[in-house]
Amino acid sequence: MKTVKLVDLAKTIRSKNAGTDKITFDIIFREKENYELVKSSKAITIETMAKLYGIPVERICDFVEYDPANAIKFTIYRTKPSGSPGEGDIFGCQQYPPLLDIEIPINEKEGEYE
Amino acid sequence: MEKKELRIICPNGHLGFAPTKEESFWIGAATKPDYYCCDSGSDDIGPVPLGQDISTSHHEWQKHDLELMLIAAREQGVPMIIGSSGDTGSNSRVDMYIEFIRQLAKKHNLPPFKLAYFYSEVDKSYIIDKMDNGIVVEGLDGRNPLNMEDLEKTARIVAVAGVHPFIKALELGADVIIGGRSSDAAIFAAPAIYHGFPEDQAYYLGKVLECASFCAEPYAAKESVIGTITQDDVKVTAMSPYQRCTIASVAGHAMYERTNPYFEFFAGGMLDMTDCVYEQYDDKTTRVTGSKFVPIKGSIMVKLEGSGKVGERFIGIAGIRDPYTIKHIDKVIQWSRDQVKERFGETGYEVYYKIFGKNGVMGDLEPIKETKSHELCIIVEGIAQTVEAAEEITMIATRQIFYARLPEVKGTAGTAAFVIDEVLKATPAYIWTMDHIIPVDDPMELFEVKTIEIGN
Repeated sequence: MKTVKLVDLAKTIRSKNAGTDKITFDIIFREKENYELVKSSKAITIETMAKLYGIPVERICDFVEYDPANAIKFTIYRTKPSGSPGEGDIFGCQQYPPLLDIEIPINEKEGEYE
Repeated sequence: MEKKELRIICPNGHLGFAPTKEESFWIGAATKPDYYCCDSGSDDIGPVPLGQDISTSHHEWQKHDLELMLIAAREQGVPMIIGSSGDTGSNSRVDMYIEFIRQLAKKHNLPPFKLAYFYSEVDKSYIIDKMDNGIVVEGLDGRNPLNMEDLEKTARIVAVAGVHPFIKALELGADVIIGGRSSDAAIFAAPAIYHGFPEDQAYYLGKVLECASFCAEPYAAKESVIGTITQDDVKVTAMSPYQRCTIASVAGHAMYERTNPYFEFFAGGMLDMTDCVYEQYDDKTTRVTGSKFVPIKGSIMVKLEGSGKVGERFIGIAGIRDPYTIKHIDKVIQWSRDQVKERFGETGYEVYYKIFGKNGVMGDLEPIKETKSHELCIIVEGIAQTVEAAEEITMIATRQIFYARLPEVKGTAGTAAFVIDEVLKATPAYIWTMDHIIPVDDPMELFEVKTIEIGN
């Protein structure tokens, strides 16, 4: 099946602290079609995100498909609060790059994703 | 008091963290907004500034941004409101901002004006009294309720103010308000509520304005935006010539930095954005209707943030280029750890190795397990109870990367490259010990508002 990378479908892919104990991930689409395509592909779910980041599903505390902004959003618990000893990313803003390469299956007949 | 609409400019999402962009600020100021409001702090910056009672922003940038707002607001004769002063909103940061305002008023020879301020720090004895009276200080985000042990570890606590002290300050006739730690949105919601606009719209106005140009596109920080509230809607307009507030940028901003895009909690209630409707009002403006504020039933809950010291801290830096050493980097780190252990034992210190080129940024979350870089940078973080011990531990840990004994390494003169052959003293290490909420009978019991006259 033909696939396209998430980076080529989404307008914004970002991560950021949500308070001191969580990091939240936003995947925002400009076009409703791309949002619906990714949503219906089930490529981004609690289970696939837990697998991608190598964490138990319990560490994902929220998963929301947010239609008003054409966005998929999920949030994980940190293992230690932000800025604790051993911190690598105080703002949590460089934890998204693994999302960029997620392969989204597309319907070859329609082939419309842009 | 009776206004059909109220216009508030927000020049910066975190005053002083990086300087406000002046062009869009002056474009906005020329439209003569009713208020100049800005948040100047966050828990985003980690626990060190609060614990150590310092700013993470440069003082010159803080002064620069305060100066823009003060000049414009005083020239127009409208209020200026700052929340979470000096990054943390601690008492010393409030005092520092008052001093900056005093200096700026003198520099510009401003006519006298009234400044209101409030502190946010909370004394441990206040919390102990509450706990002794059976009040549970609940933890947020999966934290346990506060116990004495957490409290003992805490160096400094701030309470996060809602709209209440800001409204009080406006009632006292304040021209300038310098606030302690506050909810970002409260800084903007307070004047709207004070002028009689509904809480439903007022809290949304605060929510959308708090990060300034982050609610506009294309992406840009530190540009001004103006929010306009009426009895039944909120409109938000980008001031920079190259930015627009679009349905996508404004709706997208609702979910920034929070777990759930529909709900946001404040001291006193919750903003519900489930039924928000977004419309493109004009080229640079998006109109939002349908937001609701749901007041809390029972006692008002005030958020408490606390930071506790872990120890003194040094940082060491080591570079590695030898491919054999890179391939066996885990053994090198183990060697270094063992050398620290040989001298300092198993406990009483902490040492961390961040291996950039492998997983320095993401640590265990990094899905790429194979290191492909031809060079690595190792940042060593050593923490101990005294400055001397922290320095020595960090020095051993860093230098032993240089001496790592690998059986087949060709470069026997040293297995690490140093930018400097020393370790660097960092701010002490702290940890967020508290992210809790405390019930209060009167939200003002934590925030006493005082006024002073500034100027000749």
